Amino acid sequence: MEHAIVRTTDVTKNFQLGQHQLEVLKGISLTIAPGRYISIMGPSGSGKSTLFNMIGGLDKPSSGKVFIDEVDIAQLDAYELAWLRCRKIGYIFQTFNLIPVMTALENVTLPMTFAGTSGDEAMERGMELLSQVGLASRYGHKPSELSGGQQQRVAVARALANNPAIILADEPTGNLDLTTGEEIITLLKEMSVERGVTIISATHDFKMLNVSDEVIWIRDGRIDKIEKREELNISVGTIHER
Amino acid sequence: MDRLPPLPLAKSFEIAYKSIKARFFRSLITTTSLVLAVAFLCYIQVCTDLANALLASGTPEAIQALIRGGFDLSDQTGTIGESAKQQWLVVLSLLVCVVGIVNAQLMAVTERFREIGTMKCLGALDRVVLLLFLIEASLQGLVGASAGALLGAIAGVLSSLASLGSMILTDFPWTAILSTTLKATLIGCLLSLIGVIYPAIKAARMEPVEAMRVEQ
Ligand SMILES: Nc1ncnc2c1ncn2[C@@H]1O[C@H](COP(=O)(O)OP(=O)(O)O)[C@@H](O)[C@H]1O
Ligand SMILES: [Mg+2]
Repeated sequence: MEHAIVRTTDVTKNFQLGQHQLEVLKGISLTIAPGRYISIMGPSGSGKSTLFNMIGGLDKPSSGKVFIDEVDIAQLDAYELAWLRCRKIGYIFQTFNLIPVMTALENVTLPMTFAGTSGDEAMERGMELLSQVGLASRYGHKPSELSGGQQQRVAVARALANNPAIILADEPTGNLDLTTGEEIITLLKEMSVERGVTIISATHDFKMLNVSDEVIWIRDGRIDKIEKREELNISVGTIHER
Repeated sequence: MDRLPPLPLAKSFEIAYKSIKARFFRSLITTTSLVLAVAFLCYIQVCTDLANALLASGTPEAIQALIRGGFDLSDQTGTIGESAKQQWLVVLSLLVCVVGIVNAQLMAVTERFREIGTMKCLGALDRVVLLLFLIEASLQGLVGASAGALLGAIAGVLSSLASLGSMILTDFPWTAILSTTLKATLIGCLLSLIGVIYPAIKAARMEPVEAMRVEQ
């Protein structure tokens, strides 16, 4: 069998709300092969972001295990976890989350700085990434001087800064209008094809379906179904052709 | 799994400096209470330095001026100290200033939760975040405390000129005043650091998931 870049085994997550225990994830097992474009689809509140945080090593499951590159991330110490977040995974957020006091270029080079890349090399690669997302001319602009779509492009460039194996994107189009959202999806798809990076995107945006290799449908904390691209064309394609 | 190399200190300074520059107004507010408290401390001590220099000159006119200026010369040690009331006021103002800094820095941490969380997602360790806040506070402290000490020293000299007369200029205690000003600056930097310790620890412990939170 092909080696898995992300694998979860029976991941559950509970939140304690007063005396009440909220079961958000009720046993998620999935295997993701490298280089694929995966969408995690599901209605709002179904647990996409929670699952996403588990895969990204941002939160710990209540039970079950998460493996990145076949390493159980619960076993990592703080330093190794920081390395994982810096080098192995690139994050894209619904709210863009650029550092407001830094310029576009500084935002893109920040993960390289954390990784120990020298200033000159970081600058060069940062500009390269910015031109790949079509924003080379805006390198000196602060996030507040960029539109939402442009900020998200900078965020895509930043996520790619250290050549990660995985990009995790939680509702990357959630705060964008239709066309800008589409542009970001296309950009992510391009990056996935060109660089072979695995993209895992949580979304309820149906525009994502067209570019996905695989769609994992989540409903109420469980995997509802997993569809491959071929099956998708049959089941969803017809709906969207109208 | 590997580990990240430590963030070079120069880089940390660069990031902290940018952050202060970009938030100049907020930094100014955080620093203002420090400027005032350090100015007060330095003012009181410079006045004492000048009075002591005058006393050391020992001329009858000098003693006359000191008594007219309201200084208590009954102390047998041959030096003039700050009155107990003045000392209390200074300690109190420094205390109020630290509380003000803690308050302002806690607000800054709350405002910056997303930024801090994002940095952690990008690979910043707890200690990197802690260091950034400490450097920011030191820089603010250095600028605020030097400004305050300078202001206080100038005010002390001017007010002594008014109360004791131009006699103080004949044996002007340069070294004493310089060392007082430096000490006040140092104390100011220290206060700024003390004030940021708790907020900085709070920021450093912030979970990276905080960055993902979407305001509802
Ligand atoms: N930190 C938390 N504490 C308590 N409940 C939470 C927390 N995070 C998420 N939840 C709850 O878990 C459920 C799933 O949330 P989430 O994973 O954000 O869903 P989605 O991203 O699919 O919209 C929601 O009902 C939400 O209220
Ligand atoms: Mg969500």
